[in-house]
Amino acid sequence: MAISPVAETEYKGSAQPEQGQQPTLSVRDLVVEIPTRRGVLRPVDRVSYDLAPGEILGVVGESGAGKSMTGNAVIGLLDRPAHIAGGEILLNGKRIDNLSRRDMRKIRGKEIGMVFQDPLTSLNPLIPIGDQLAETIETHLNVSRTEARKRALASLEEVGIPAAAERLDSYPHEFSGGMRQRVVIALALCAEPSLVIADEPTTALDVSVQAQIIALLKRLCREHGTSVILVTHDMGVIAEAADRVAVMYAGKLVEIGPVRDVLTHPNHPYTDGLVGSMPAHSHGQARLRQIPGAMPRLNALPEGCAFHPRCPKAQEKCRHAPEPELMNGAACWFPVGEDA
Amino acid sequence: MSAMVTIRNLTRTFDVSKPWLNRVLERLPRQKLTAVSDVTLEIEEKSVYALVGESGSGKSTIGKILVGLLPPSSGEVRVEGVDLATETDPKVREELRSNIQMIFQDPYASLNPRWRVKDVIVEPVKVRGGKTEGLAEKLLEQVGLSAEDAGKFPHQFSGGQRQRICVARALASNPRLIVCDEPTSALDVSVQAQVLNLMSDLKDELGLTYLFISHDLTVVRHMADRIGVLYLGQLVEEADPETLFETPRHPYTQMLLAAAPKLDSFGETEAVPQGEIPDPINPPPGCVFNPRCPYATERCRIERPELRRMGETRVACHHAEEIARKLSLETA
Repeated sequence: MAISPVAETEYKGSAQPEQGQQPTLSVRDLVVEIPTRRGVLRPVDRVSYDLAPGEILGVVGESGAGKSMTGNAVIGLLDRPAHIAGGEILLNGKRIDNLSRRDMRKIRGKEIGMVFQDPLTSLNPLIPIGDQLAETIETHLNVSRTEARKRALASLEEVGIPAAAERLDSYPHEFSGGMRQRVVIALALCAEPSLVIADEPTTALDVSVQAQIIALLKRLCREHGTSVILVTHDMGVIAEAADRVAVMYAGKLVEIGPVRDVLTHPNHPYTDGLVGSMPAHSHGQARLRQIPGAMPRLNALPEGCAFHPRCPKAQEKCRHAPEPELMNGAACWFPVGEDA
Repeated sequence: MSAMVTIRNLTRTFDVSKPWLNRVLERLPRQKLTAVSDVTLEIEEKSVYALVGESGSGKSTIGKILVGLLPPSSGEVRVEGVDLATETDPKVREELRSNIQMIFQDPYASLNPRWRVKDVIVEPVKVRGGKTEGLAEKLLEQVGLSAEDAGKFPHQFSGGQRQRICVARALASNPRLIVCDEPTSALDVSVQAQVLNLMSDLKDELGLTYLFISHDLTVVRHMADRIGVLYLGQLVEEADPETLFETPRHPYTQMLLAAAPKLDSFGETEAVPQGEIPDPINPPPGCVFNPRCPYATERCRIERPELRRMGETRVACHHAEEIARKLSLETA
């Protein structure tokens, strides 16, 4: 099975898309701010990336790194008082960050689908799943009730629900966790969106079911040409599913590039530490490599590069110079691969 | 080395029946959920025994029975020769209980938010009337925090630091056996590495024995000396990590290893496992794995396989030899 050619060849460690081709999603210098009594926090700080049609972009980082916040900003679901304070978001060339709530609601579900971590909370427990699917299809595609139900059945069959016709009238609690997540994926894809944001879609699932869901997500997006932002903390899932990976730390994008390059030859010391600290990479050694310390809180970010207190390669420049910009795929003054 | 823990034919069932009135009105029978079914295993002194399995496989139940949080329905659990469920001498019981401690999954839920860290840590000693002076400070330094942290409250710490506090609390009563129930599942990878390293160091330093419960195969492979794979309450395979990961014998273990995300499998689509874990209230007859097993035969649907020895491995599968032969032919 070939991955979409764009993802396979064109991206060489750069956050820029191929010339002339319009990206599905384009995030430019996105800033999200939360005003608090003790000052303004920036959970997302000048993040930029493009997403080609049919591409799966994995977003990794520790909790609090801003990965979910970026996704929520794109679909306009930031919880107040968090708000977009700068930059722009373009979906298929149209700006969507300044839309009214009402206009945004038309886009959400139709042009951007969502899959959340916990399938039980993203389905209405009081409505049969067939009705939930039909309602979404009816709202976004302007078709009749009977036609919507027919399409609902087709989409359930597509995500691999056995005996889909009989299960249209089942309630969410009658499904297992993996089947529920399949229903949520059907719900996200039923209006044929051009972008799906999957926020930790397999974190609540067991390993064997996780493999099924990842395979399903990959297959459907390839067939429909849907782009996916896959937010997860699991590097293994990223390696298996994503075409490119974006690594976030303390609200900033610190590294972005094709998944193979980033995982085998990380440029940013944080990515290097992250990959190295995985037990799968211990190669039988008694101790795991560890990154000392913890991610700084947003209200106590250090001067200079936010990673320098934990960085093994930190030098004077990292402590005082303004933080490094994203260059050649990594935001670091002294990338890992270079001096070696 | 001698066995510190011996578990023989351990079974634990839970009553999950509807309330009495519903049973009478709707003529429903009592329902039983067998969380652990006929499990036999031994844990060597100063080793790490890991239990892996998916949700509902009974791994946490075994841990809880071992520390005495749940009584077994049948079978016996002996720690250093003492069975907590039948032992009547209070002195022996007390002694054993302070020798076993537990670390839980969620460091946010397992620390009382209204207690200062030092009170949390010394509690296991205090309830037995032991001396607690300076103990919390000493333990905090041992787990990589500072002595000044003793006066703080849990909310002032990050997830990884909280798990260190949980480790300190578990160490307070000088235990010999620690049951770790998914100790790093709630932590980020870089912090997970810190906690796992700490646990290995403490084990070597203090001569501890761990029962390590996890669903993460890579963590288990790194930590364990011996691994038991559970499926629907039954021990289906047991081996040392090397043997288990190189030559898995049970079809379930093979499926689990194939399904785990690998770091070097860029964009590949591996064989996706079929089916889901069956309902534990009505488990399939015979071998519990037979509905999902590619090698299942008539015999598997009728007769439950015994756990038997096969080289270095103990495996519960009727066709283990055939499968091994088949696989070695395929790779050759």
